[in-house]
Amino acid sequence: MKRSTAFRALLAGVAATALSAGAWANQTLLNVSYDPTREFYQAFNTEFAAHWKKTTGETVTLKQSHGGAGKQARAVIDGLEADVVTLALAYDIDEIGELTGKLPKDWQKKFADNSAPYTSTIVFLVRKGNPKGIKDWDDLVKPGVEIITPNPKTSGGARWNYLAAWGYALKKNGNSEAKAREFVSKILSKVPVLDSGARGSTNTFVQRGIGDVLLAWENEALLSINELGPDKFEIVVPSLSILAEPPVAIVEGVAKKHGTEKLAKAYLEYLYSPTGQKLAAKHYYRPRHPEHADPADQARFPKLDLITIDGAFGGWQKAQKTHFSDGGVFDQIYAPGNK
Amino acid sequence: MATALRRRVDPAARFEARAATREAPWVKWALLAVALAFFTLFLLMPLIAVFIEALRKGWETYFSALVEPDALASIRLTLLAAGIAVPLNLVFGVAAAWAIAKFEFRGKHFLITLIDLPFSVSPVIAGLVYVLMFGAQGWFGPWLAAHDIKIVFAVPGIVLATVFVTFPFVARELIPLMQAQGREEEEAAVVLGANGWLTFWHVTLPNIRWGLLYGVILCNARAMGEFGAVSVVSGHIRGETNTMPLHVEILYNEYQFAAAFAVASLLALLALVTLGIKTWVERNAARSGPGAQDEATAP
Repeated sequence: MKRSTAFRALLAGVAATALSAGAWANQTLLNVSYDPTREFYQAFNTEFAAHWKKTTGETVTLKQSHGGAGKQARAVIDGLEADVVTLALAYDIDEIGELTGKLPKDWQKKFADNSAPYTSTIVFLVRKGNPKGIKDWDDLVKPGVEIITPNPKTSGGARWNYLAAWGYALKKNGNSEAKAREFVSKILSKVPVLDSGARGSTNTFVQRGIGDVLLAWENEALLSINELGPDKFEIVVPSLSILAEPPVAIVEGVAKKHGTEKLAKAYLEYLYSPTGQKLAAKHYYRPRHPEHADPADQARFPKLDLITIDGAFGGWQKAQKTHFSDGGVFDQIYAPGNK
Repeated sequence: MATALRRRVDPAARFEARAATREAPWVKWALLAVALAFFTLFLLMPLIAVFIEALRKGWETYFSALVEPDALASIRLTLLAAGIAVPLNLVFGVAAAWAIAKFEFRGKHFLITLIDLPFSVSPVIAGLVYVLMFGAQGWFGPWLAAHDIKIVFAVPGIVLATVFVTFPFVARELIPLMQAQGREEEEAAVVLGANGWLTFWHVTLPNIRWGLLYGVILCNARAMGEFGAVSVVSGHIRGETNTMPLHVEILYNEYQFAAAFAVASLLALLALVTLGIKTWVERNAARSGPGAQDEATAP
């Protein structure tokens, strides 16, 4: 950070409005994302910068910011000037649009596949040899099992975890909401620490050695096995899980101000390109177009029964309101410390 | 003279020399052993662990972690934030201590309480307050947005947060010292015809110089090491709004342990250098008079 950059932060606007946006030879794009996408976007940004240089001759600087999805959305709402957001679930992006007016209502229709270029699901990460014999959701509530999951209030992954558990219990108990509520509250009572983001929870489980099972994004589970050794952990795929669609969107209000609309659109579209899809699969996300993925990467994704947020919960708006808003079901059933 | 001085500045030796206050040897050694064990376990070993972890993958990885662009950017930002916060708080601290120690006025106690505020408020709250004031949804948010001035999630916010948390260091160091020194010397200078500025420059400043330096060192150490307040206002944009402590956390969360500890070791080195300077300052202060010695060991 040079001194001139400090000045630029203060006076950025003056310069930005004085010069026409297109006159910037070197554009900067800020991608505000959630926790487990760090490695993927690092690789993707390098590829995209090269691609952009080749097709337009312009040099582009791509900046990243990562954290729990809810926290990141909050930062964008509070003024973090993201040109694009690539968050864990649609509701957080809805919320940005709602509170800042910088996104159109139909943002999720701007890109293909619900604006989710890659998907994932929720799996279990257990210690090597699976000492507690965890095979499916029911095994989580057995006595003596400690569960690690982040806080649904701040983490997108945690909300997917919660809803996957809820969805499983619904299906098993003939759609009884009361039974599902009981099941999820039992799961939450076995969580010793609620971290604010998925990566925090992974570290709690992996580094600090707390808990018997981590409810995790499939991509996060695969990554931690790869980074920290397959001799320490293994993945358990439950009989049923949820189709997690982490969506992407241009924050149009910001992009317009920065003059990065074209760049932002190209950036997100490139996620759907063969290169983007291949990289997504390489970084453990399920690509929308598996034909572009390396078959070896694709082989890591087992087939399993997936419910969808629209099918089982009537969409994110409704799920968020029922479960995660102030005084919602999560607040009612989660009491810290009642183990 | 030398022994007389030694006796005055080292009451422990005097204590030990008298039969009535001397402890049995085993009590002495047991207490020493406990203290040393604690020191080794909780201070020395973690410090050594930082360097061992940092060098686990060799010097090459160590240096490449430090010259990596994001790491360099974080070092620059940390230096910038400290470079702004420390001089500001130096001027403020001297002014506040001068006013409080040398003058009587209404609301003095309230002013002292205000100066202590950053010590008693959690840094996270300090950060959130700035988001509340300068964030897009905050009090001044719409005005700032209309004029395209960025404060939070940009460098100014980080500097503000750093200034806030390091606010009391210099003032807190100087107030007791200046109060103890009283104002006779200044009054004498004024009687002899010196104006305010001359009095400050030739009478007050030489008297407080070691205390001032000590306050600046502490202020600087905190400015560079601050995590909580800065984390809240940072926005965590890589290579732009991450300070060194934030960069350490990011690297750690990305399973880059050697790199995380490499940057952490740089912060630890800074702490060691600070300690070295502090010891040097204390020794000089002790030499320059018993009054200064009291001040340097007071906190």
